[in-house]
Amino acid sequence: MADVLVVDDLDVTFALHDSEVKAVSDLDFTLAEGETLAVVGESGSGKSQAFLSIMGLLARNGKASGRAMLGDVNLIGMAPDRLDTHRGKDIAMIFQDPMTSLNPTLKIKTQLAEVLVRHQGYDKDKANRAVIEMLERVGIPEPVKRANAYPHELSGGMRQRVMIAMALLCKPKVLIADEPTTALDVTVQAQMLDLFKNLTNDFGTALVLITHDLGVVAGVADRMMVMYGGRCIEKGPTDTLFYDPRHPYTLGLLHSTPHVAKRAKRLDPIQGLPPSLEHLPRGCAFHPRCAFRFERCFEERPPLLPVEDVREKACWYQGELKYEEVA
Amino acid sequence: MLGYALRRVLTAIPIVLLTITVCFFILRLAPGGPFDGERALPPDQLRNLRAYYHLDEPLIMQFFGYIGGVLRGDFGPSMVMKDFNVSRLIGIGLPFTLMLGFSAFVVGTIGGMLAGAVAAVNQNKWPDYLLVAIVLVGIIIPNFLMANLVQLLFGVYLGWLPVGGYQPGSLIHLVLPVFILALPHGGRVARLVRGSMIEVLGTNYVRTARSKGLGTRLILARHALKPALLPVVSYLGPGLSYLLTGSLVVEQVFSLPGIGKYFITAALNRDYGLVLGTTILYVFIILALNLLVDILYAWLDPKVRYR
Repeated sequence: MADVLVVDDLDVTFALHDSEVKAVSDLDFTLAEGETLAVVGESGSGKSQAFLSIMGLLARNGKASGRAMLGDVNLIGMAPDRLDTHRGKDIAMIFQDPMTSLNPTLKIKTQLAEVLVRHQGYDKDKANRAVIEMLERVGIPEPVKRANAYPHELSGGMRQRVMIAMALLCKPKVLIADEPTTALDVTVQAQMLDLFKNLTNDFGTALVLITHDLGVVAGVADRMMVMYGGRCIEKGPTDTLFYDPRHPYTLGLLHSTPHVAKRAKRLDPIQGLPPSLEHLPRGCAFHPRCAFRFERCFEERPPLLPVEDVREKACWYQGELKYEEVA
Repeated sequence: MLGYALRRVLTAIPIVLLTITVCFFILRLAPGGPFDGERALPPDQLRNLRAYYHLDEPLIMQFFGYIGGVLRGDFGPSMVMKDFNVSRLIGIGLPFTLMLGFSAFVVGTIGGMLAGAVAAVNQNKWPDYLLVAIVLVGIIIPNFLMANLVQLLFGVYLGWLPVGGYQPGSLIHLVLPVFILALPHGGRVARLVRGSMIEVLGTNYVRTARSKGLGTRLILARHALKPALLPVVSYLGPGLSYLLTGSLVVEQVFSLPGIGKYFITAALNRDYGLVLGTTILYVFIILALNLLVDILYAWLDPKVRYR
C-alpha cells in the first residue's frame, strides 16, 4: 500500500530562557494508507510533540525541522495559511482531554459545520445535515438534539465522540489521536477504540494512536513505535514487539503493564525515572535504567538499525533478552 | 431567562426604597438646611418657607409624603433654585451627562478591546509593551490632573481644541472631555481583554480550532473573542455606571452643563429634594446596568444560563 505520511529526520527543539531543549531527535517513520500505528512512550518521551509539530501546533517557543511529507507536500515549516488548507482536511488530530478541547461557548453543530464550510465549501444547511449524519455515525443518540447542545451538556464519552466526528468530517488521509481514551472511564475506552477502528477502516484513514497504555495498543495497532528520550528506540509489527521485544525498554514496558492472563504476580515497574530532556545521559539515553547495559552503552548512542526485515531497534545489546524477575 | 429578568427587576424595588430611606434620613441628620445662609432669615419668613415645603411636619410624615410623591413620579421642588422642580433640573442636565458618558463608554470600550486584543496577539513584543505602558499611565494619573494636562497641551500650547465650555451641537468641545473620561475606562478594559485573551489563546479548544485549519481571523473572531469578553462584560456595567455618575469632576473641569454641576451645588446647599432626586437617578442607572450585564452574561456563557 502507498505511504500517506513519510516523516524524515524530524527534530523538535524548544527555546528556553537561555538554552535549548531537543524534544524530538532524528525521527523517521512512514504511515501506510489505512494503517494503524501506535506510538508508545512515557511522559516526556517526545511522542506528543512530534505529532504536534507535524500539525503545526507547537508552542510559541517550539521549532521543528526535517520533513513530514503528506502526499507530495512537506508540512514542516509550511506557512500557516497554506498549512490551514491541509489541517482538518487531509490530516486531523484528536486530543487527550475532551472536556476542554471543545469551545464551551459554541454549539456542537457550529464547531463541526465550520470544518465543512472551510474545507469543502458547503453552505450552512448542507454542512449541518452532514454534521447530523456524522454524529449519528459515531454513535451519538438523538443527533439533532445533541447538535444543538453546548459541550457542557454532554458527558466525557459523548464529547470524545464529537471530537472524533469533527476530525473525520472531511475523511482525512491521516488521523492523529493523542491519548484519546486516557481521560475517559474504563468502561467507555473499549467502545471508543472499536469506534476508531471501524471508522478509520470505513474511510480508509490511517490512524496514529499516541498512548502510554499498552492495553490500548494490543487490540488496535498494526505497527508500533516505541519512543524514549525523544528518539524512536524500537519499531515493528505490534505482535512481534509484544511477544518478542528486542529493546530492554520495550521489555520493561511490557512487564510493567498489568495482564489478566498472568495474574497474581506483582507488577514490575522499570526502575528509575524517565530522563529530563535537558540533561539526557551520554551514550544510550536508557542506560541508567537498563539491566543489560555494558561499557559501550555509556559512551556511544546506538543508532536505529534493522533487526529483521520489518523491525528496527536502537540498542547495542545483541544477546537474548531474558526477563529476570526482580525479587 | 425572561423569568430571571423579571425576578431581578422585582428585587431591585426594595433596593431603591432602601436607598431613598437611608439617604433621606442621613441628609436630615447632616447639620444645616436649605435656608441657612450668611444672613439669617427673619423668623416668620423662615416659618413660612418651612411650612411651604412641609419641613415643619414630623420627619416621618415628610418621609411618607416624599415616598408618595416619588411613587407618583413627582420628585418635589428644588428648595434652592426656586423656579425649578427636581424633575425639570434633571431633565435639563441628564441628556448632556448621558451623552458624555455614553460617548466615553463607546470610545473607551472599543479602544480598550482593540488595544487589549492587539497586545494579547503580540504578547511580549513591542506593541504589547507600548500598549501596556499607555494603559498604565491612563489608569494611574487621576482624571482631573490628566484633564489639566491635555487642556494645557491641546488647548493652550497647540491651540487645536477648546479648553472648556460647550455649545450645543459642537463636537470639537467634546473631544477632550470624552477622551479624559474614556482613558481610564479603556485602560481597564484593555487590561482585562489582554489578560483573558492570552488565557483563551492558550486553551485546548483554540488548539482544536487551529488543528481544524480555520485560519487566524476566524479563530479570533469566532472561537477566542466571545470567551475572552466574559470578564470584560462583567466590568462593563460598573464601568458604565462609573462613567455616567462619575463624570462630575470632568464636567466641572471643562465647565460642561451636565447633571454633575447640580449634584455638587445641591449637596453643598442642602437642597434636600435635588440631592435625593439625583441620588435616586444614579441608583436607578447602576441597578439597570447591573441587570443588563447579568442578562448579557447569560447570553455569552451558556453555563450560567439561569433556571
